[in-house]
Amino acid sequence: MLYIPCPFCGPRDDTEFTYGGPSHVKRPELSCNDREWTQYLYHRANTKGPYRERWLHTFGCGRWFNVLRDTTTHEIKQIYRMGEVAPGGESQ
Amino acid sequence: MERYSLLNVLGHALRGNTGWGPAWRTPTLQRSYDVVVIGGGGHGLATAYFLAKKHGVRRVALLERGHIGQGNSGRNTQVIRSNYFYPVSSSFFDHSLKLYEGLGRELNFNVMLRQSGQINLVHTLHELEIVRRWANAIRMNGVDAEVLGEAEIRKLVPTLNARPRFPILGGLIQRRAGISRHDAVVWGFARGASAHGVDLVQGCEVTGFRKSGDRITGVETSQGVIQCDRVAMSVSNQCSVLAGMAGFSLPITTTTLQAMVTEPIKPVLDPCVISASIHVYVSQSDRGEIVIGGAADVYNSYKQRGSFAVTRSVLSSVLELFPSFSRLKLMRQWAGAVDITPDTSPIMGLTPVRNLYINCGWGTGGYKAIPAGGDTMANTIVNDAPHPLIRAFDLARFERGALIDEGAASVVAH
Repeated sequence: MLYIPCPFCGPRDDTEFTYGGPSHVKRPELSCNDREWTQYLYHRANTKGPYRERWLHTFGCGRWFNVLRDTTTHEIKQIYRMGEVAPGGESQ
Repeated sequence: MERYSLLNVLGHALRGNTGWGPAWRTPTLQRSYDVVVIGGGGHGLATAYFLAKKHGVRRVALLERGHIGQGNSGRNTQVIRSNYFYPVSSSFFDHSLKLYEGLGRELNFNVMLRQSGQINLVHTLHELEIVRRWANAIRMNGVDAEVLGEAEIRKLVPTLNARPRFPILGGLIQRRAGISRHDAVVWGFARGASAHGVDLVQGCEVTGFRKSGDRITGVETSQGVIQCDRVAMSVSNQCSVLAGMAGFSLPITTTTLQAMVTEPIKPVLDPCVISASIHVYVSQSDRGEIVIGGAADVYNSYKQRGSFAVTRSVLSSVLELFPSFSRLKLMRQWAGAVDITPDTSPIMGLTPVRNLYINCGWGTGGYKAIPAGGDTMANTIVNDAPHPLIRAFDLARFERGALIDEGAASVVAH
């Protein structure tokens, strides 16, 4: 079980949260080709290691935020707000 | 290979069981192969087995990072079924079930298949409508399916809760579905592959690929570089990493699925019972343990460790269906990393790399597909073209928008 430090409410059990998948996924221009659109729609970095993802504090403040979490250890390394520039770059 | 039989077992017993040799060879890794299969789980072993046995490919290496069957092949809940909605899934998974039905004989290894059926419980009128449509679709695909009423279900599963919170209105049964021993399937294929000349190399991790244009010329491993003509990638929970090494990405999210078993008891549960609404599946193994599985964890993870919240919710669901199990001690709880695709159907066939073939994305249901996965992949590798049964499961289907959305249609509990 994760213990997620919500930037607005403090640390809570993961059962209070909804998972929002990877952060910083950029939608391509609508003029893009099918391959680029498939990449955006379905393909995921699925990183083994530090991974930037979004969480929603559903049964709390109801707000979204970003988490940098290691997918091999579950260690939460960073928390930052939506719209903030990802510390250390936006790559997955 | 020593052939197992009643006489053979009795002979060994008379000699005090001191003469049993290893079931497969421990070869040294050669520098060059016709086909390198990455991943020593059920699918990889079956692929290597059929390559050597059915297609006569002589120089096949199977590379396994840890031990054979250490990943999801040894972590699943052993359920085999073919009650899928879409014709493409149905024909593939029924081919697998048919191979399972003859697998003990094929491998000369008892895989302990028990076709005691699988029941999907129905708790609402809406579900009953869906299940009727589903049963019709399955039967149209030429696979057995039957809708049962509550009385018939209670006769087959007398331990079901007499006054459940969510009433049991009926259910869907596939009588040919069942369970088999997962370790035996892994060992049987390993033994068979080894006997047909496949080099099974354990403790050998793939660290990279040597490429020339859009072809792989060599596989870099922890035991040196191997030259090869063709490469088959048959791994779970490392497929995104390996695909990245080969230069392409996959539409896969790796998350955690847990399972658990109770202490062994006398036979009380014959069929496998699934409830999609209550989100649980239960069966009893031949050793007597009650085998329990349920929901997957929601977030990305390679940790192979499930969260306690899910354990608690799965167990409370089991007790809702089978209150008498509350007296049982839980013996083990474990988890595996499962690769979920957007349509919860697997990815099999060709890749953007010309001589690399992929078999991955099995999510929470790869065990039942092991024989067919091996059979069709071996055929695909030899012919350099997808086997007809897996043509629809290719990686490019996402670009075509031809998804096979079994997650919704087949009421898979994940």
